[in-house]
Amino acid sequence: MRLKRRNRIEELSEGFAAVAASEMAGEGGSQPEITDDLFTPAKFDVTAGERTGYSNYSYWGSTFRLFLQNKTAVFLLCFLCTLLLFTFIQPYLPNQLDPNKIYINPATGIQYRNVPPNKEFWFGTNSIGQDLWSRIWTGTRTSLFIGLCVALVTNIVGITVGAIWGYARKWDKLFTELYNLFDNIPYTVLRMLITFILRPSLSTMIFVMCLTGWIRTAKYIRNQILIYRDREYNLASRCLGTAGTRIITRNILPQLISVIMLQTALCIPDAIGSEVFLTYIGLGLPVSMPSLGNLINEGRLVMLVPAQRYQLFFPVLMVSAITISFYVLGNAFADAADPRNHRR
Amino acid sequence: MARYVLGRLGRAMITLAIVLSIVFMLMRLLPVETYFGGRSDTMTDAVKEQILRSLGLLDPMHKQLLNFWKSLLKGDLGKSIVYRKGVSNVEIIVPKAAVSFKFGIASLAISLVVGLSLGVLMAVYKGKHIDKLGNAYVVLINALPAAVYYLFIQLYLTTLFGLPMLYNQYNPATWILPTISMSLGGIASNAMWMRRYMVDQLNQDYIRLALAKGLSSRQVAFRHILRNAFIPMSQSLPTSILFTISGSLYVESLYSIPGLGGLLITAIQRQDNTLVQAMVLLYSAMSVLGMLLGDLTMVLVDPRIKLVKEGDTR
Repeated sequence: MRLKRRNRIEELSEGFAAVAASEMAGEGGSQPEITDDLFTPAKFDVTAGERTGYSNYSYWGSTFRLFLQNKTAVFLLCFLCTLLLFTFIQPYLPNQLDPNKIYINPATGIQYRNVPPNKEFWFGTNSIGQDLWSRIWTGTRTSLFIGLCVALVTNIVGITVGAIWGYARKWDKLFTELYNLFDNIPYTVLRMLITFILRPSLSTMIFVMCLTGWIRTAKYIRNQILIYRDREYNLASRCLGTAGTRIITRNILPQLISVIMLQTALCIPDAIGSEVFLTYIGLGLPVSMPSLGNLINEGRLVMLVPAQRYQLFFPVLMVSAITISFYVLGNAFADAADPRNHRR
Repeated sequence: MARYVLGRLGRAMITLAIVLSIVFMLMRLLPVETYFGGRSDTMTDAVKEQILRSLGLLDPMHKQLLNFWKSLLKGDLGKSIVYRKGVSNVEIIVPKAAVSFKFGIASLAISLVVGLSLGVLMAVYKGKHIDKLGNAYVVLINALPAAVYYLFIQLYLTTLFGLPMLYNQYNPATWILPTISMSLGGIASNAMWMRRYMVDQLNQDYIRLALAKGLSSRQVAFRHILRNAFIPMSQSLPTSILFTISGSLYVESLYSIPGLGGLLITAIQRQDNTLVQAMVLLYSAMSVLGMLLGDLTMVLVDPRIKLVKEGDTR
């Protein structure tokens, strides 16, 4: 029996060999023959055994290298920096007009109403005779200020709460219940309601956006932390007696840099968008404090007259440039900062 | 199963009760001047007090809350104080909700059909022109404030197609642009989500197996990937359907559509506090209900969901 089986196996393997040989013969013509002289034997080297390898990988190095490879992102970064710088130096440039002063034509004694762009008023004037160019730069400053404030507060509060929520098991249930409760009041409505209650102003606006913004960030960070919390290296860290805060700040949060940066970058277009929205429904900043939101709103009121549409175009152009830049930049940076993209 | 449904229902009721109470208390934070309809300087103190008393605002907090719940259980959401003075809020809201619902459901359908197909196309032609174009669209819609592109659609497409700028109940041509505007955001998010989902799934073992056993890529896409893709969607779909009646705040007020979104803005601008309160209550209730329905649909659709509570995985 046993002998017989062995014969069978031999038969089979012979069969395979035959097939393989015939295949080789079929393709052999195109493949170069492998001979010994193609190989050079390596010499025995004592030092080779002592050589140690290391990877010169650096996280931030790889991140910046990848980021710099993205030409669009680098261009947008330069653009945004220039823009930010310019909003600050604009009032100190020569020949700048006051954003809130109503300009009166000395010849006729009437305000310069709806003057199209010209040499004196570079972007024209609005319906009560204020200079649109300086209003747009002041407005950009206000809107960027709101956006950056909201991004900062949302991140600090959101990450702190999210870290505690995700890391401390005993708090998890309480926080989750609270989240489920507050998540049911639609954010837009909540924003409108609180602005309505507190009366519109710059601080109210920043406050309502932070109030609703940090909840989602916290939830997001919590979910991310749950993924990393019980990995082996954190378990080991905990067993060695590392404090929870250190595990969070040294072991977990660095993994989340890319997503945190993305959240931060997206916060700003979001804040500008909701500023435009709140202004649109009449809960925005007073006209004496130009912001991109109320400039768009002023432009909207005169948009039916084609000759006056420049009052809508300029602020819209500014808003689009800023929001799209931040959005694309955030995504580009998140891609670059994601270690999974660092493989060469 | 029945136990899970009952438990989930109970939790939803408790959440609803707490959320509605919170909203009610928030509304009580409003300064009392807002109840006089902007005519506070012409009123005597006696008149003011009489108005506040008739609205029950001078009662202690716990009594107000109790009264609020009593009337709420009777289906009474109070009476409007400015917008249509003395008319019950339910009467104002219901016909407006019907208008919003028509637009909402149409735009939801469009955003689902167009968005998902765009996402599938983008995933299939990954890296090609159609993918790049779709990505550009997604970036544009996500980055720009909605007000901006709504305004430009209203401004230019109406002139381009020779349509009237405002909504007219009897002219169906005026319904098109608002519906399309409302679905743009949904198309973008659906397409983005669907593309990412498809690209992720294409590397999964079950897809490789399906392809290896000789199914065409068409069959794989429709029978395997799409059916799985609907599972996470089924959780958010009930909320989306419910919120179709809330309407789009922007679009409705831009085109003067007599829906709930426009109503909320009007009510806030004219400081009709009871109407605002009624609408916020409605939105919160819909959100709770939507989550409940979402969880229940999820259980129905996905057999893998375990209803038994498990301990920590580690």
